[in-house]
Parts: sequence; structure tokens; C-alpha cells
Amino acid sequence: MRELSLHILDVVENGITAGADIIRIQVEESRTADLLSITINDNGRGIPAEKLKKLQDPFVTSRTTRRVGLGLSLLAAAAERCDGKLTVAVGTGGGTEVRASFRYSHIDRAPMGDMASTLATLLMGNPHIDFVYTHRIGGHEFSLDTRDLKTELGDHALEDAMVIYRLGERVRTSLDQLRSNTDKPEAREKNHGKTDD
Amino acid sequence: MAKLTIDDLKKIKEETAKSTSIRDGDANIKITVHMGTCGIAAGAREVMNALMEEMAEADRQDIRIVASGCMGMCSSEPNVTIESKEAEPIVYQKMDANRMRQVFKRHVLLGEIQSDFALAKM
Repeated sequence: MRELSLHILDVVENGITAGADIIRIQVEESRTADLLSITINDNGRGIPAEKLKKLQDPFVTSRTTRRVGLGLSLLAAAAERCDGKLTVAVGTGGGTEVRASFRYSHIDRAPMGDMASTLATLLMGNPHIDFVYTHRIGGHEFSLDTRDLKTELGDHALEDAMVIYRLGERVRTSLDQLRSNTDKPEAREKNHGKTDD
Repeated sequence: MAKLTIDDLKKIKEETAKSTSIRDGDANIKITVHMGTCGIAAGAREVMNALMEEMAEADRQDIRIVASGCMGMCSSEPNVTIESKEAEPIVYQKMDANRMRQVFKRHVLLGEIQSDFALAKM
């Protein structure tokens, strides 16, 4: 996949297929630690223990559970290419927790991409599922919880294409701001020394 | 910048005050965007975004959008299925944002099947 945000969309769709009704997405970008990590937690029916072991083997998974296996294998390959790794474990809520890490400065690391689009797509296609999204860049954080939105705007607000469209735009601006906060020249200067060695 | 604040939400709500009770009645048309790994890799997200913009513009209460998984025809992804009460479901293949806009404007709004992009009648 060209963007990490597409991998996120893919893994979240897996969780939805597994019957989850709440999905937590956490993205952390740290230049100082030279690490980018993505954690996706769902409360779906989970992956049986024996299959969980096989997930490490892309050939086995891509044959038995084709849809799940192919997506995770692609993400695993993307992470490993960047000195990172993929772990799939039983989630805190009983579902599945997928965690992918990447070396932030690795030349093969795909760009984060359009997270706002990914979120808007998820909201649009799955109005009955709640999403909790946290994105941290440097020390700054952006978060969005659809349960808050529903309490504030009414249960059906997020079924309106216009509302989701506007929401997507707002997420995009917020993330851009977050990124430009961290990209101040002095911050870049400071981080550069650390990531370069 | 920590969070999407209540003020932000209120603003969004005011901006879109006209319609908050969509999808209450029966949906006459169901648009399914297939979002398996194959679909996503082929560009289903952009298709969904174009569809969302068209929906926002059209302001129709009786159209429902659904995301679903792969239907096994990975080589023709992104696939979009349009079902309506009057006609049989049509699967469109190799969609992109522009094709989606055309299908929405012609097929969904006017009922003209775009056979150039169609993969199958179901």
C-alpha cells in the first residue's frame, strides 16, 4: 500500500468484519525516538490462539484466512522493511490488538498519508461503529471519539454525508497544524542530530 | 489543539443544521463500496471520498452508503454495487473518483445504468 493510512483502513475493516462495535486507533510519531507506531484495538470476536500463531507465516494465513491474512502480511512486510515489526495479540477488550512499528526515518517507510480520508471513509461506511482515534506527533496530540460526537450532535448526526465531509476537513486541518507545530525549524534542528546517527 | 472541542462540534452542527435525521426512512438505493485489502489497495478510499462529496451535494435522504468486504473479484477492484428497489443490482468495476461521480449522477440520481463501467448484473 502506498500510505500507512491505507493499512490502517484495511486493518480496521478486518476488525469490523470480526463483529467489533468499537475500534481504537492510536498513531504515535516520534522523531526524537525515531519511531512511528500504529496500534489498532477492536472488541470483535478475536482470532483463535492457534490461528494467532500462524499469522506470523504469511503463506499459511494468506491461504486459510485470505482476507485477514493478506492485509496483515502486507503490513508486516511494510513494518519489517523499516526495522520495525508487527505484533498481533489478544486485545484488552477481548478482541484483537494489532501493533505495527516503523523506524521513523527509514527511507522505505511509506508516508502516513491522508488519515482524514481514512477516518471519513470509515465513518461513512460504518455508521453504527464507534471509533476512538488518537494521533500524537512529537508532544502534541489530536483525538477524536465518535461517542462524544454522537452525544453532542445526536445519534444520527454521523449518518449525514455533509457532517462527515466537514468533519474530515477539520481532522485534516488539525493534523496539519499538529505537524507544522512539530516541524518548527528549531525542533527539526534538534531532532536531526539524533536521527542522523 | 488537544482535542476536537465541543465548540468545533457545535460549529459543524450549525453548518449542517438542515439535516440531522438522514437515513430514518426506508432507503431506496443502497451503494456498497467493497473495501477488502484488494479494494483498498486499488483505490476504494478515493472512490468512497468522491461518493461522500456527491452525497453531500445531492442531499438525498433515501440513499444509503455501506462499506463491505471483498467479494472475490479482486482483479476488477475497486468494485461498487448499486442496488435499488426497482432494478436488479449492478456491480461496477475498476472505479475511480471520476467514474464514481458519473455513476452517482447518472445511475443513482437518474436511473441510467452506465454499462461501460459495469461488471455484472446480479
